[in-house]
Amino acid sequence: MLGLALVLGILLGIAALLFKVEGDPLVARIDAILPQTQCGQCGYPGCKPYATAIAAGEADINQCPPGGDAGVHALADLLGVEYKPLNAEHGAPKPKSVAFIDEATCIGCTLCIQACPVDAILGAAKHMHTIIASECTGCELCIAPCPVDCITMQPVAETPDNWKWKYPVFPIKVISTNGNRTS
Amino acid sequence: MITSIVQFASKLIRGNDVVLPLNDMHKFNGGVHPAGHKEDSTTRPIGKLAIPEKLILPLRQHVGHIPKIKVQVGDYVLKGQMLAEAEGNVSAAIHAPTSGTVTAITKEVIPHPSGLPDMCITLTPDGKDIWGELQPLDWRNTAKRELVASLRLSGIVGLGGATFPTHIKIGADGKSHIHTLVINAAECEPYITCDDMLMRERADEIVKGMEIVQHLLGAKACIVGIEDNKPEATVAMRDACKTLANASVKVVPTLYPSGDARHLIHLLLGTEIPHNQRSTDVGIQVFNVATILAIYRYFSFGEPAINRIVTITGNVASPQNFEVLFGTPLPSLIAAAGGAKTNTTHFIMGGPMMGFDLPTSEVPITKAANCIIAASPDLFQPPPPAMPCIRCARCADACPVSLQPQELYWFAKSDNFEKARDYNLFDCIECGCCTYVCPSNIPLVQYYRYAKSEIIAADMAKEAADLARERNDFRLARIEREKLERAQKHAERAASAKAGDKKTETTKPESSSSEIENPATTSSADDAKKAAIAAAVERAKAQKLVATNVADSPTEKTVTAETAKTPEDEAIALKAKQDKQAIIAAAIERAKAQKLAAAQAGVAPKNIENVSVAVQAEINETDAIREKAKQMITAKEADETL
Repeated sequence: MLGLALVLGILLGIAALLFKVEGDPLVARIDAILPQTQCGQCGYPGCKPYATAIAAGEADINQCPPGGDAGVHALADLLGVEYKPLNAEHGAPKPKSVAFIDEATCIGCTLCIQACPVDAILGAAKHMHTIIASECTGCELCIAPCPVDCITMQPVAETPDNWKWKYPVFPIKVISTNGNRTS
Repeated sequence: MITSIVQFASKLIRGNDVVLPLNDMHKFNGGVHPAGHKEDSTTRPIGKLAIPEKLILPLRQHVGHIPKIKVQVGDYVLKGQMLAEAEGNVSAAIHAPTSGTVTAITKEVIPHPSGLPDMCITLTPDGKDIWGELQPLDWRNTAKRELVASLRLSGIVGLGGATFPTHIKIGADGKSHIHTLVINAAECEPYITCDDMLMRERADEIVKGMEIVQHLLGAKACIVGIEDNKPEATVAMRDACKTLANASVKVVPTLYPSGDARHLIHLLLGTEIPHNQRSTDVGIQVFNVATILAIYRYFSFGEPAINRIVTITGNVASPQNFEVLFGTPLPSLIAAAGGAKTNTTHFIMGGPMMGFDLPTSEVPITKAANCIIAASPDLFQPPPPAMPCIRCARCADACPVSLQPQELYWFAKSDNFEKARDYNLFDCIECGCCTYVCPSNIPLVQYYRYAKSEIIAADMAKEAADLARERNDFRLARIEREKLERAQKHAERAASAKAGDKKTETTKPESSSSEIENPATTSSADDAKKAAIAAAVERAKAQKLVATNVADSPTEKTVTAETAKTPEDEAIALKAKQDKQAIIAAAIERAKAQKLAAAQAGVAPKNIENVSVAVQAEINETDAIREKAKQMITAKEADETL
């Protein structure tokens, strides 16, 4: 019996070494739900630190405005906790927008480049900067450092490319009420 | 023995020698029989529409990437000249349908269910209709790779309505395992007759196109599938196909949606394509008749895709088929068909089953426009209000893809998209059979379209989030790496400075090479740097002080001179001036002496002993480069004088 326990114990030990899971799987799963805006509105320096804090029980699940209500629901489902509405302290959800640099005003100070969490700003010192719109997460972190206030957020416009079919609605028709109808 | 078994198995897998059961008709599940209304527009031959006053060519006329504009406003272009070039793999070029001037490149409303504007090239025809240089290809004696590359420039897309770029459907490497080419001439949707009329009038050209495509694909057999409601077209195609070996015409019973590629293959060959595969995976490729004709025109005459046959029918005075240039505004076409009747409410592009309502009648005809139907309340009664689903499962009986439409409806309605995906929502071809048979008048297809576009948007958002995560991770890693690199550089510099000290002052201990990696050295280097900065700041302050002192005296002098020109003041001013002059003179003297000393000692500056080994090496290197440059210059000058 003892021998069997020993053998199994050794086997388990080897398995633990062989199939070691890198990192915390729970953090990765929470991180997968978060929108990866990297905006820091949750009070943590990025989505991953927030995910780590949620996993450690330090942060609440309702601190991510870009994730919206759907994000809170998904987190509640994953963690098996009660859903709670978004905490207004951390801001309100906004429509998806991307930063836009007014290139005539830009002085090329590179401050926004240093602030951008996803390297979505292209430029060099004393040269005009521009946003790579497809990479911009709309985190607004570049707005504050700009000394000449040349960065604005522009909501993503609806184009035939990103247009979505709408939920079927049945228009309410106005029927003439002049008494001509027989039924 | 074993090899023969392997050969047999590989033959089975590749399907090279599959015997095609050509005489059996294979039925598919479901389908509906809507009223055809095809005779409306088949009484008149194909008309040719005059060149309109302006042509609006949307860049988005096909599936895939938007092509790149190659012209500017004001450019004069010839008929057939390329206006926009295919960009990326899945893309198609756009050509000038007639000669004229590019008058605008702006956003215009395009025929799209969204009704949103998109980038368009506006061409104002000059009426001369002059062709540019046409380059027909001798396809029999040209490499297939070259032919496919040329087809990429043609702008030809699937003209059945799917608008998939044609060059992609023909593998450029010639390694395709296509054994059967299916020509889709079923045209199962009500009202549409453009393919029917094309086959009646131009069967010879279609068969010539079939020969080219068969050659390109290396297909052994070619089957034309026509619904039995087109007897004239069937006769015309049978006659024309006599000239082509291995080609046959097969009539399929009229049943919507037999014109869907997968269903037509099933009807003709009995092959069911797995839902996660394409027809090419089982060695079958499908082309629409109009596409085949466009390919023939391109290779034989060099004509790119500039026009198509469009059916204009429904609530118009004289429904007819027209050969229409791409970009022709819809009102021109409506006027050619005798104008729309007064009770016309809107226009439908495509058929009544799968088409969509045009946002306005001011849209151009594009490559996808096979049919325009003028709708009126008489023709298309507004649907009665939707009632609750009674779970009769008639939609499941009618579904040609054997889905469970009632289940998909529940999932789509409750935004349960994951479940809808599990029930193979994306196999739905949006044919509209379920909506057609629903006794509760539920617009089922609208729910599926809604669910599909929500799922696609969510998938795209997920992809963007993954990209953002990757970029953020990379950025953090880069910052970390840069920090380490900077620390290492400082450590190295500090170490080299210490090494220099050691050289001059041999009594000084420490500074072993092992200490370079040590963080302690880094911090000491930081300290050294801080001290250096502090020293520099002090120096700057001292200099400033001196400067202000020097500057103050003359200003004082001028101020005092202006207020009261006392002799004492003047004397002070003079003294200051003399002092200054003396200082300058002394400085000049010192500089002269230094220069002299330097000249005596050689080229090197006096403080050379104090520099470290590394700096000395750098100086030597620079000197070497300078010397080399000097030599080069003299050599060059010598050359020039010679």
